[in-house]
Amino acid sequence: MIPEIGQFALALALVIALAQSVISLVGAARGEAAWMRFARPAALGQFIFVAIAFGCLMYSFINKDFSVAFVAANSNSALPLQYRIAAVWGGHEGSLLLWALILGAWMAAVGIFSRRLPEDMVARVLGVMGLVNVGFLSFMLFTSNPFDRLFPVPPDGRDLNPLLQDPTMVLHPPVLYTGYVGFSVAFAFAIAALLSGRLDATWARWSRPWTIVAWTFLTLGIMLGSAWSYYVLGWGGWWFWDPVENASFMPWLVGTALIHSLAVTEKRGTFRSWTVLLAIFAFSLSLLGTFLVRSGVLSSVHAFATDPRRGIFILAFLTVVVGGSLALFAWRAPRIGLGGSFDPVSRESLLLTNNVLLVAAAGSVLLGTLYPLVLDALGLGKISVGPPYFETIFVPLMTPALFLMGIGPLARWKKASLPKLAQRLRWAFAVSVATALLLSFTIGRASVWVSLGLLLALWIAASGVVNIWGRVSNSSGTSLTARFAGISSAYYGMLLAHLGVAVFVVGVTLEKGYDTQKDVRMGPGATAQVGGYTFRFDDVEQITGPNYTAAHATITAMKDGKLIAVLHPEKRVYASQESPMTEAAIDRGFTRDLYVSLGDPVDSSTWIVRLQFKPFVQWIWGGCLLMALGGLLAARDRRYRVETRRPSIAPYTAPSTAAAGVRLGSTVIRETLH
Amino acid sequence: MGKVLVLILAALAIDIAYAADRAPAQEDPQLDQRVMALAGTLRCLVCQNETIADSPADLAKDLRKQIREKMQQGLSDRQIINYMVARYGDFVLYRPPLKATTILLWFGPLLFVAAGLGALFYRLMRRRKDAVLEVSEADRARAAALLKSDSPEIR
Amino acid sequence: MLAVFIALVALLADGLTLDPHVVPSPLINKPAPHFELPQLRDANKIFSERDMVGKVWLLNVWASWCVSCREEHPVLLEFAKSDVVPVYGLDYKDTREDGVALLERFGDPYRISAFDSEGKVGIDYGVYGVPETYVIDKRGVIRYKQIGPITPDILKHKIIPLVTRLNNG
Repeated sequence: MIPEIGQFALALALVIALAQSVISLVGAARGEAAWMRFARPAALGQFIFVAIAFGCLMYSFINKDFSVAFVAANSNSALPLQYRIAAVWGGHEGSLLLWALILGAWMAAVGIFSRRLPEDMVARVLGVMGLVNVGFLSFMLFTSNPFDRLFPVPPDGRDLNPLLQDPTMVLHPPVLYTGYVGFSVAFAFAIAALLSGRLDATWARWSRPWTIVAWTFLTLGIMLGSAWSYYVLGWGGWWFWDPVENASFMPWLVGTALIHSLAVTEKRGTFRSWTVLLAIFAFSLSLLGTFLVRSGVLSSVHAFATDPRRGIFILAFLTVVVGGSLALFAWRAPRIGLGGSFDPVSRESLLLTNNVLLVAAAGSVLLGTLYPLVLDALGLGKISVGPPYFETIFVPLMTPALFLMGIGPLARWKKASLPKLAQRLRWAFAVSVATALLLSFTIGRASVWVSLGLLLALWIAASGVVNIWGRVSNSSGTSLTARFAGISSAYYGMLLAHLGVAVFVVGVTLEKGYDTQKDVRMGPGATAQVGGYTFRFDDVEQITGPNYTAAHATITAMKDGKLIAVLHPEKRVYASQESPMTEAAIDRGFTRDLYVSLGDPVDSSTWIVRLQFKPFVQWIWGGCLLMALGGLLAARDRRYRVETRRPSIAPYTAPSTAAAGVRLGSTVIRETLH
Repeated sequence: MGKVLVLILAALAIDIAYAADRAPAQEDPQLDQRVMALAGTLRCLVCQNETIADSPADLAKDLRKQIREKMQQGLSDRQIINYMVARYGDFVLYRPPLKATTILLWFGPLLFVAAGLGALFYRLMRRRKDAVLEVSEADRARAAALLKSDSPEIR
Repeated sequence: MLAVFIALVALLADGLTLDPHVVPSPLINKPAPHFELPQLRDANKIFSERDMVGKVWLLNVWASWCVSCREEHPVLLEFAKSDVVPVYGLDYKDTREDGVALLERFGDPYRISAFDSEGKVGIDYGVYGVPETYVIDKRGVIRYKQIGPITPDILKHKIIPLVTRLNNG
């Protein structure tokens, strides 16, 4: 009964979505206020019904209803409760429902938090998002119904993939999807701008916080996925340039370009059509990612079970959405206009260069991911493109971008002076070079790459210090605290996010530069030395868990005779799977991780053990966290939340060009006068 | 006495044979490192997203053994790679080879950046030609006055 | 830009028809690698690909532990009975007892099965996932490799026409 309710709720949501998108978009085009007002409640309605459907599926999982095919395929009577819940998104159909739920949530949020936006813009934005929802809901109802029944009802389910039976599984997909789907808001704003032919700094102001929040979630989602694979997969890697990982990274790269481009459009009114295009790209890459993961076109450990019919559907949907937006762009972009001008050396041009590099990087990742398919489709043989390619390409592309990160925030808008910038930054540069060289000689073997990585990270940090120093000393506050308090949240956000990048670079550089690993045959009492630590194999015993049996080893790590940690790597065999799973044991530290995992057994008491010393690996995810925090700080900036304090101004409706011009103009004048 | 000797010898022989069967040769850590380093550049065909060094698959184990034997026979890294490619094709290379068919792959990114920067440069140069709005002194004074006042239209 | 997108869509659409996991063999149109292996049923006799020069034949790589091989086994039996082309087997990484037991239990479509206990010959032939089948011509050159179980469809559309062509050419 419950699954049928769920299916019905989905169908209802689809009908509402269809009605809403058509009515809102047509209403906006015609200026029919009543039709446009339909958008908000309809968005809320979609969210509610998809939430009901989601609740029904979760209910079926919690109650172990194996008559529902999806539940039978992803659950098991022995599966603990928290994983029965997480299993809702443990497979293709359920994850689509999660996607639709999150899209509904974003739509409801846009509906609620957009009181000060003009009605026609809200109607268009929600209308476009409704269209996307139509696509996903129909995809589910016609090809991937999570509520399909199974006859005869199996006595037990096939169980959730053991790799997914982990606390991070509860977080990673929802957070990641919130990011992916969040870019649909930026996309919708872009399409709304194209449709209305109006695209000014105000548009950028409205869409920017939504985009930043989406970007923040995507950053967190990718970080969670990476941290998870680090400890779950058992051999200490944290990024594999797997097609599905790339599918999340490409929108992130373009999304980063987008938030920077939006900054310019908001501040200066320039880059308008480029920003719109980036918004279209970011979401298109999200959709493309969805396609790649579910169509079977690329081979990946992440890929869901596939069916060519599904692939065709998503591809058709992708074509309509992306092709339609590109066509709309080609048609309407010229109407938007160019905006203010700026010098070849200015903050604008530096940000544009950053954009070019980020988009080129995204394009390269796409190239590498799809190239095997290209050759295969053309009958030119079969190659595989692995991490060596991506690393060779990505690092040189990002290095100039990292360098520019130190200069950009200090450059003036419209016209910056290179000599002045050089003067302000010369000490930062000198300090960075000196420290980088010093560190790379003292930490371990000197290496050009390590020095370069450290230099870039220190450069970003040092120039950040120069930046905030300049702000504080030039501001008009009385006390130091007042001066710091007077600086906007968005500014702190930018500094923090950039600092996060620097921390990330340190982590990657030092981990890759200095990590050591050994595969050693160890029996009771055997010891081995890795990275300055001594590891002693104590014993191994057989244990039984809730739904698995395991070989549970005890290994002691010591340094200079002092006990550091006792580690328990395991090799688990789950009741429902045949191949064993490696559970690594990790001793986490601020400056290093000790990573121990079991390889193959030699006999009942002797195993091949992989011992790894991973310096600064936690900085990788620490950097991502800082980036996300920076994003949050930027999104909560007062100028996005403060109501106009001047009661003589009427609530913001469709702006008259004069008023808009004055707002824009005053900002420009202020910038050039100071 | 003779029988006891034969028994001891037989026990020894069995023990030696057993040990050889059981123990992976651990006596040469440098060879191990070389094997794992090379295996890390080859893709496992069974678990296609892992290297032969990391993959737990049977085929990966066999291939690691093969690599080890070939190295002990004195083959160079390049020769062993050619050996693998002859049997499994280019797919087994983790790093795509540079051939006629992969030139676009390797030089594509460079092209992207060059094109992007080129387009940017072109745009910037063109914009310079557009008239730049000059603000006159009188306008500047007016603007300053407006900004200083508490007029509600200006932020 | 729209043109690039359309090309991308065409590529992806084509990609839906391809299987990314299949690794094509570099040995097509190259001589079958040489081997001399004991026969599965009689350890004293040797089987080599050189024995088959002058004939078109099929080499099917199988194992008793391979689940997909059971799928193609009845198809192979039928095909062997039809005598269109002789079918020979390569028992890959198996034990003699298990291999023989399987053939006794499910039937033996192979004129002879070679016994590759260590899988070395499999590596030479680029085997990465049993079952795999090779079509080898009269001069000992590999003409076709089937990865995965053989189905009646594949027999009808790929293997039989090829074998006929090779026999007549």
